[in-house]
Amino acid sequence: MKKSVILGTVTIAGLAASAAAAATLDDVKARGTLNCGVTTGLVGFAAPDANGEWDGFDVGVCRAVAAAVLGDPTAVEFVPTTGKTRFTALASGEIDMLARNTTWTFSRDVDLKFEFVGINYYDGQGFMVPKELGVSSAKELDGATVCIQTGTTTELNLADFFRSNNISYEPVPIETNAEAQPLYLEGACDVYTTDASGLAATRAAFENPGDHVVLPEIISKEPLGPLVRHGDNEWGDIVRWTLNALIAAEELGITSANLEELAAGSDNPEINRLLGTEGNLGEMLGLEADWAMKALMAGGNYGELFEKNIGENTPIGLSRGLNAQWTDGGLLYSPPFR
Amino acid sequence: MTTMSDPPSESFRPSQLLNDTRYRSYTFQFIALLCLIGLMAFLGINLVRNLAAAGLNISFEFLGEPAGYDINQRLLEYDSQSSHWRASVVGALNTLLVAFVGCILATIIGVVVGVLRLSKNWLISKIMSVYVEIFRNVPVLVWILIVMAVFVAVLPQPRDFRGDSPEASMFLDLFAFTGRGFYFPQPYFTVEWATGSTGWLIIIALLVGALFGTRAMLARATRIQEATGVRPNTLWINLAIWFVPLILACVIMGLAWDIPELRGFNFQGGIFARNSFIALTLALSIYTAAFIAENVRAGILAVSKGQTEAAASLGLRPNRIMNLVILPQALRVIIPPLISQYLNLTKNSSLAIAVGYMDLTGTLGGITLNQTGRAIECVLLLMLFYLTFSLAISAIMNVYNNAVKLKER
Amino acid sequence: MSDTHAQSVAFVRDTMLPEQEPPATERGVIKWLRENLFPDWINAILTLVAIYFLYKIVSGAWPWFLNGIWSTDSLAECREILQGTTGACFSVLTERWNQLLFGFQYPNEEYWRPTLAFILLFVAAAPLLFAMYVPRKVLIFTALYPFIAFWLIWGGTIIVPIVALVGFIAAYVAFKQFERNSFAAGLGAGVLAAAVVWYVGGFLSSAMSGVLALPEVPSRDMGGFMLNFILGTVCVSLSLPIGILLALGRQSSMPIIKWICVVFIEFIRGVPLITLLFVANVVLAYFLPPGTNFDLILRVIIMITMFSSAYIAEVIRGGLAALPRGQYEAADSLGLDYPQAMRLIIMPQALKISIPGIVNVAVGLFKDTTLVSVISMFDLVGMIRGPILASTEWNGVYWELWGFAILMFFPVCYGISKYSQWLERQLATDHR
Repeated sequence: MKKSVILGTVTIAGLAASAAAAATLDDVKARGTLNCGVTTGLVGFAAPDANGEWDGFDVGVCRAVAAAVLGDPTAVEFVPTTGKTRFTALASGEIDMLARNTTWTFSRDVDLKFEFVGINYYDGQGFMVPKELGVSSAKELDGATVCIQTGTTTELNLADFFRSNNISYEPVPIETNAEAQPLYLEGACDVYTTDASGLAATRAAFENPGDHVVLPEIISKEPLGPLVRHGDNEWGDIVRWTLNALIAAEELGITSANLEELAAGSDNPEINRLLGTEGNLGEMLGLEADWAMKALMAGGNYGELFEKNIGENTPIGLSRGLNAQWTDGGLLYSPPFR
Repeated sequence: MTTMSDPPSESFRPSQLLNDTRYRSYTFQFIALLCLIGLMAFLGINLVRNLAAAGLNISFEFLGEPAGYDINQRLLEYDSQSSHWRASVVGALNTLLVAFVGCILATIIGVVVGVLRLSKNWLISKIMSVYVEIFRNVPVLVWILIVMAVFVAVLPQPRDFRGDSPEASMFLDLFAFTGRGFYFPQPYFTVEWATGSTGWLIIIALLVGALFGTRAMLARATRIQEATGVRPNTLWINLAIWFVPLILACVIMGLAWDIPELRGFNFQGGIFARNSFIALTLALSIYTAAFIAENVRAGILAVSKGQTEAAASLGLRPNRIMNLVILPQALRVIIPPLISQYLNLTKNSSLAIAVGYMDLTGTLGGITLNQTGRAIECVLLLMLFYLTFSLAISAIMNVYNNAVKLKER
Repeated sequence: MSDTHAQSVAFVRDTMLPEQEPPATERGVIKWLRENLFPDWINAILTLVAIYFLYKIVSGAWPWFLNGIWSTDSLAECREILQGTTGACFSVLTERWNQLLFGFQYPNEEYWRPTLAFILLFVAAAPLLFAMYVPRKVLIFTALYPFIAFWLIWGGTIIVPIVALVGFIAAYVAFKQFERNSFAAGLGAGVLAAAVVWYVGGFLSSAMSGVLALPEVPSRDMGGFMLNFILGTVCVSLSLPIGILLALGRQSSMPIIKWICVVFIEFIRGVPLITLLFVANVVLAYFLPPGTNFDLILRVIIMITMFSSAYIAEVIRGGLAALPRGQYEAADSLGLDYPQAMRLIIMPQALKISIPGIVNVAVGLFKDTTLVSVISMFDLVGMIRGPILASTEWNGVYWELWGFAILMFFPVCYGISKYSQWLERQLATDHR
């Protein structure tokens, strides 16, 4: 802070007007921390706990990247962003990567010039209604008042869904999840809509989660994933392959429990390459040889992160579904480490 | 140093640029201009460099693309296939609607409170002081959120009207006050040729006609009074001018009322004032009214006591004193700050975003900005709208101020 | 002659009758009631209506307040204890007290630092606010206060605020040295000296980052009412000098300078603060050199300062315009140059006239700091709307929390405006 204050004063005075756009990796290394954009608070994905420590599924990805790059999973500065601020924060360099359940869409990738490095959660937009309404399908929602969390693809999907089914609705746009919650609970809205994972996380925070049901319709594809700025491919590769390392590790059976053991060397050459005992994958990325090992040490593999933060044994209680490994019938499929 | 317009005298020395008052102002202006150009260049170059680095550009083409989202309160025809530009216009109209209703409400409350605060009734004037102090000294955002909380938490929701023994019921079976907003009966015309806007245009025409009619009647009464000294009674004939054609028209066009009724998830039919609209308008107007009340009080106190006494000694009755002597003088003091309060209210209406009211900040500065990611363009347009509005009102106010300025001879 | 006259006078009172009590309706409480509450029918009705409403409010709020519960961990527990009777659940305030005041990220063990800075604020403000009662020596502390407060709240090494302070001192010394030549030369020298000191000091502070270091707190961890207070005090104190400069610039006879000031002031006053905060939040980053990492709080401070300085400039311009022309002419005839005339003659009077206006702007600004909650900063309002109302335990606790917000803002704003009225009376030295 203090440096930036002084730096700020100096720049305003116009004395230090020159600063070259350096590669993100060098910036992060020089700074010693990774600036990672997350939500302002969605339990299970990214939320500060009682001590102000950030915790969650998206947070796990940030920590893995920080561990891979800096060797320290706690060297992350979490920047809470809203739907409105996240893209500017990333485009302007305030954050190095955005892990804020952001949907990968054509226009964000192409028009807004961002690079989605992969998908860490396959999601879709759903509806939550109080049980007492007796609604069993989204098509019965004619005339309902719908609370929408804005700044996402949500309002567009919703408009499309209601238009194509030719039913009317009353949209109530709300900026954050926290503000939408009381509106929905007190009955000012009949329906709350956002990504199905977000609905589950929101419902988990209710006093009586059992009084609310998530309708079966999923009206959109929402592939959520971390993203970086266009143009810095080296940095994009690091984030992409860190995410892939988490996914591949689960497929290969590397967990935080057997990590140390496998790091000593194993008979599976792909594990060896991944953990840096064979080949020079780390060097190619511009990182240490054991980058992936550090990333895995931060919070375990993809499956462990999932179970710990949003899995069936947590209050959020999401099943793996589409997010299972391809070997288990899901969509998670990491390219080979070769 | 080339900006001097005076030809330098023969004995010009460079130090004169700093020490000679004739030249110093040029030096300063030159430096200021340099700084300004430097700052602009600094910001501009950074912008170009940053945009180039991110591969972006400045373009307003997104305004023509379909917006894709729905807006709940729209004064214009709009659906999710309309363009972002149209969404912005709908938002701007919503802003103006809140500002308009809010200003009227704030003026009424403010004038009443301001006058009552000067009342001889101790209790009333104390209550009004408490009102003014409490509302002036707490942020308007807090008031907006509190009024919204009343809607969300206190008023019955439509689900409370449902069932065999509902917890809430409609007022007189005509009005429904729910947490989602207020539903009022809506008049409409049943005769075929008068449905739609035709009927309303006729009603408006009748009202305008009545206005001119009464004005003519009053002018005639004044003429007679000046000629004969006796003022004819115009009350009944004026009432007739206002109401007889109106009632006739309503009967001919078959006036009927569309009464709100609980159907499905919500009340249907009637006029619907959304909770966000009411919360915003109400909070803004009670907040602004506290300031207006102070202006009104100051304006009335600014009229010296001698004016009242002089009027009283002429034998005028108290309400004639108020109308003929005090108000005309007080208004001169009240109007300029009143206009600036109106401007404040309009600018504060941008807090609509806190309660999900779709004003310009909610459409152009909210969802459109989110969806297109065109932050610079959207914020620029947003500022331009408010700036144009403010400057226009200021210009009108200047004209007014010049008109009412005391003509000193 | 005299005796006839004596006979015609039947009775001459030579002692006064004892004063009689006024009739019962014309004295004491009854008279007061008659005059102030029931002077005529309309007022009597108004009074009765007012009493009825007061009774309604008090009878509704009193049990709610009295039955308040202060020591549970969630709203559900409150409801359990209340068993359906009306009663407030004030435990949200006790349980979230620290979050409401400091936000949810400020380290718990460091709470003493902002608290101390807050207490010291009063010591520092005293000589400014009550100049006639407090020894002038305390002013030295006032001058030091910004640096102490910065060090306390943000932490880090003490070298940074010291370097900043030394920069200002160097600027002042250089200014005094060159002021004799001309005001402008002094100003230039001051700026130069400060820049040199800060530049050198930048290296020094990064080299000695461990000296007397408090644990550093990044500014995005600031929150709660503390954030409102920081924004309010910092922005008001920064915008006052800028506002004075803008006002002078607008009054200036130099067209370019005047034109710059007019455009700036009118632009800022024409747009709502929220759009300026959007600029700070989503646009400003594009206008800064790539790689500069301003944090949000600093960008917001810049924007709010610009906003309030435009308003203060207008208030001071009013003060300048209200000064009689003779004051300017008198200053000229004494041979004072522009800076001298402004500093010694014009400004002291103009500022005195402007005090109520400046205070109004300051109060308005302090209230407007709540708007930062709209751009996802967690000030007091942001804390209430976000983390607290959305938490499982306190879902639905509206009145206690909003009442608390009113209770925090009202005394501060009301106190400041009462103070300005008092000061106005103190400074009213004319027309007596």
